[in-house]
Amino acid sequence: MSGVVIAGVAMHPFGRFDGVTTTDMGVVAVRAALAEAGVGRGGFQAAFCGTAYGGVATGHKVLSRLGLTGMPIVDVEAGCASGGAALMLAAGAIRAGQYDTVLVFGTEKMPRGIIRSSFFEPWQEEAGLAATPSFFALRAQRLAMTSGVTKDHLARVVVKNRRHGAKNTDAMYQKEISADEVLGSRVVCEPLHLFMLCSPNEGAAAVVLTRSPPAGTTMPAPVTLAGAVLRSHLPGAVLSESTPLSGLTDDSVPSPTTLAARDAFEEAGLGPSDLDVVECQDTDAARELISYEELGLCEAGGSAALLDSGATHLGGRMPVNPSGGLLAKGEPLGASALGQVVELVRQLRGDCGPRQVEGARVALSHTVGRGANAGVVILTR
Amino acid sequence: MAGRAMVRSGLFTDGATPALLGSRCLVCGAHHFPQQDTCPYCAAEGPSPVELSRRGSLWAWTAVTAAPPGYQGEIPFGLGIVELPEGIRIITRLSASDPGALSPGQPMELEIVALHVDAEGNDVMTYSFAPTPAAPPAPAGAPPAP
Repeated sequence: MSGVVIAGVAMHPFGRFDGVTTTDMGVVAVRAALAEAGVGRGGFQAAFCGTAYGGVATGHKVLSRLGLTGMPIVDVEAGCASGGAALMLAAGAIRAGQYDTVLVFGTEKMPRGIIRSSFFEPWQEEAGLAATPSFFALRAQRLAMTSGVTKDHLARVVVKNRRHGAKNTDAMYQKEISADEVLGSRVVCEPLHLFMLCSPNEGAAAVVLTRSPPAGTTMPAPVTLAGAVLRSHLPGAVLSESTPLSGLTDDSVPSPTTLAARDAFEEAGLGPSDLDVVECQDTDAARELISYEELGLCEAGGSAALLDSGATHLGGRMPVNPSGGLLAKGEPLGASALGQVVELVRQLRGDCGPRQVEGARVALSHTVGRGANAGVVILTR
Repeated sequence: MAGRAMVRSGLFTDGATPALLGSRCLVCGAHHFPQQDTCPYCAAEGPSPVELSRRGSLWAWTAVTAAPPGYQGEIPFGLGIVELPEGIRIITRLSASDPGALSPGQPMELEIVALHVDAEGNDVMTYSFAPTPAAPPAPAGAPPAP
């Protein structure tokens, strides 16, 4: 997808902020992103707001506070991929010629503890079939069976991302953690221990998209949105993020992440080997490794070896989650995908200081969750 | 009078030999659970209601150690996936809450279990799979099991 560039990015840190509302956080992110883009009232023709728990007219409340209403404002809910969905809609509208500049933001204030989702019927909750971490655990166990992933690998994903997060002042956890600490935390759902799971939390992020200026008219060249794709699940996989009650024994059904990645790479005219830096869904430690395989960062069954190689650590060939990922930042659903995009835009600009991936030119953001929804965004410079 | 209340009607039959109530698509042949009036795999309407096999094999499992939202039953409890001969995998509660006691491919059998007691004093029942009890000793003169 050529023709769409990033004019400005900003975020409200991810964490816990008592007394700060969903609107307050959105205002912080939107105001700063618009300022960076040099866009004010009348400067954007539409706004898409990603949120899952924000409630009615979350986007309107933010823009009302800023005196910036009048254009269409659409809240977008696509679970963990809400921000990616908002970005896809905005980019498509620009590419189609409907708008020149669009504001995309996400803001969220998640309840504490296991996420209660209106996705489940009351009887599923009553029967114990609505415990989100239990599905993560089943996927982790299957990954162990198919890819030789051990608990030690899971712990090392956490150690890596927390080490990265220690260099990110926007992260919830800015303290490193040892594998022993991870493995010493209580078991939530075998094989997953508490510190292998991200914390649902609070935060906001904003991105201003605009039609590409004529070549050579701006210095330095802006970051380009090369692909933005949202896909849902195909039926059949019992452990799909669509959390069905049954599935087929056919293991050939591609995951929504695989579908989204294929489409995004095609849109960008790029492939996994072109990537310099990745932010991927690490709701739990196993999810990051599953993402390696589903995104094509390694072959099927190769995630443990890719982690072992060091390639996905800062300083490696293709660092994954240099921001600290959700394991260090926490997960405010509607803001998490755009939080990744903010990180990657800053990486491509060379603005990430101690966690900078040197010379990064091609970046991929990935979120997946309930629905199922999988979003993949590819950025280039 | 207090009795047994199903956690949701239409999911399973009760009694000595219970069964999950699924459907088989008359067009693509795939089974699904629970029953619905359109095949989730090929979108054909009017799949045929069927009772699914009571026995299957364990495909994945874990245990839930803290009460999830809306759950009032015992903690910990087992949760897993059982594969049935119809080519279907069922997400299910397991009547085994120690993950270390289970193994892949282990034979499992359907049972109907109580979750908790509701406001009227009824046992609220749901479906669960338990490890199949070991086969009785072979009769004298039978060849040894492989």
